[in-house]
Amino acid sequence: MVRMYESSLRGLVDFEHGEISREVFVNEEIYQQELEQIFARSWLFIGHEGQVPNPGDYFQSRMGEEAVLLVRDRNGALHVFLNTCRHRGMKVCRYDEGNTLLFTCPFHGWSYDTDGQLVGVPEYDAAYHGELDKSRWGLPEARIANYHGSIWANWDPQAPSFTEWLGDYDEYFRTLWEGDDGRDGGVEVIGGVQKWRMPSNWKFAASSFGGDGAHGSITHRSINVAAIGPQGDLEGGDRHGARPQWPRQGFEILIPGLGHGCHANLAEPGAPYRETWQTTPEIEDYFRDAHEKRMASLRERGLKDISVGSASAWPNVSYAAGSRKTLVVWHPHSVQMTESWRFYLVDKNAPQAVKDALRRYHMRYSGPAGLTESDDMENWNYASAASRGTIARRYPYNYQMGLGHAFTQEGVTGELGPRRCEQNQRGRFARWLDLMEAESWDDLYPKNQSAIPTRGF
Amino acid sequence: MADVGGRDAALERLLLEREIENFLYQEAELLDERRYDEWLDLIAEDIQYHMPIRRNVKFGQQARENTSDESEVSWFDEGKATLAGRVRQINTGLHWAEEPVSRVCHLVSNVQVLDVQTDQVQVKSRFLVYRNRMQDETDFFVGKREDVLRRDPVTAWKVAKRTIILDQNVLLAKNVTIFF
Repeated sequence: MVRMYESSLRGLVDFEHGEISREVFVNEEIYQQELEQIFARSWLFIGHEGQVPNPGDYFQSRMGEEAVLLVRDRNGALHVFLNTCRHRGMKVCRYDEGNTLLFTCPFHGWSYDTDGQLVGVPEYDAAYHGELDKSRWGLPEARIANYHGSIWANWDPQAPSFTEWLGDYDEYFRTLWEGDDGRDGGVEVIGGVQKWRMPSNWKFAASSFGGDGAHGSITHRSINVAAIGPQGDLEGGDRHGARPQWPRQGFEILIPGLGHGCHANLAEPGAPYRETWQTTPEIEDYFRDAHEKRMASLRERGLKDISVGSASAWPNVSYAAGSRKTLVVWHPHSVQMTESWRFYLVDKNAPQAVKDALRRYHMRYSGPAGLTESDDMENWNYASAASRGTIARRYPYNYQMGLGHAFTQEGVTGELGPRRCEQNQRGRFARWLDLMEAESWDDLYPKNQSAIPTRGF
Repeated sequence: MADVGGRDAALERLLLEREIENFLYQEAELLDERRYDEWLDLIAEDIQYHMPIRRNVKFGQQARENTSDESEVSWFDEGKATLAGRVRQINTGLHWAEEPVSRVCHLVSNVQVLDVQTDQVQVKSRFLVYRNRMQDETDFFVGKREDVLRRDPVTAWKVAKRTIILDQNVLLAKNVTIFF
């Protein structure tokens, strides 16, 4: 393992008592250790296969602090490469997206095929005497996984598969990628990725999205006057619109040992459609029809109706599923800077009017210019700023909400808590500590089954 | 149209340009003075207020540089209802991103009146918007604006369309809770 921070991390992360030191959000050595221990061996979100539909298509993405390329090669296979020339390190591609036959470095002209192989070296015979072994100098390539069309990558050849990494969380993650009628993999990414920097540690946002039900009514106190919901001015201007009345159970859900957590509502399929887009009948008709189809599909497959509100897949992907699907990646940029990348998903078969309505809703709601989320940035920014002082660092954050009150329930996957509890955040720190300290995957769940914690979050 | 080469026509054009510049300056003044409700009065009911995301694209593919208002996600693409919602949100005093309210300074320059019709003009300009809040948080937003201004019997002009071309790829501000 790589140990940058010499003292014990265990003493900083006391999730059993719900006290987490501010040091883990502000300490440079801990941050460097995270880049090695977490980001160099976790499955990280790259993009969606629909962003690169044709041979030669590429999309520039990021893993941790570093630029990577999602590429569909000339034979149609997908790859993720580190965007750096093996000769002197220059980026071989400086466009956000596009299509190409070759990636040619603008420094000395080394050229790489879309499958990452070094194929062109200027003056190969004259200057290298034909002795350079091109097969050894291709672009660094990460392992990839395709999950219902979403593409994930991992630098660690020893890491468990994406399927093992996701584990039982699959049930709560699959719905993000399904179409409005419930069919698997039915979504596409809307063009245009919102990327912005915010001065706070990456864990702030990831933790908040993954299990901070308590912030909403305070952080977002001002939002309902703006009436940005899908229903316009109706329903008191609620930013979310309709709340289902069908009998359902809402939980904070944690997958112990893996660090994934969400807020979800579970119900038997059969809920009647509740009016949501009352002021736009065309949109309303589409969602009513899709809802009926989805209910029928769930009943047919014997599945529960699971609606995931806000969630974080370990380590740095947050999302909301349901009929308004979004995903955001919190890329570490420096210890006190996050580069956020926000993607918006729609059913690929939805009529353009529906895609437009969702797109406009997302722009009103989300991202740095969104009326709701702009207030999150403010809090994460200044919470970080007020935590780095010499005196401030002596006082741990309090994560005690609902401590020791987690429960399980027959038929519901994961450890459960009510909406107002911080178990998901405690569970994330347990996973954080495991990854930061483990020498190898043999010490880590899921490779090591005995490493699954029984801590009772 | 009057005689294009004539002095009267040139003067008329000059007066119009001056009037348009004054309108843009007064609009900026209202924003910088935080008179948001009065600023809203200068916004047409059917305004499209659009700020695309800027992509790094290959030379020759500039058509793909800005995200489309027809099918893609932008920083802003909204009408007056949402702009008015933003103003109401600030006016609550509980919109933490603007509480305390930022110090904002709009510099508008390079005003070019491009197309003059009976009831509307097309105007291009540059902006440098400075935002400073709390103790030292500072952002610069720099770019181009393309406006359609429409004649109005009450306010003389209203902004009927505004495209804001921010010259940034990754947004370097943590949020955008100001107007352009």
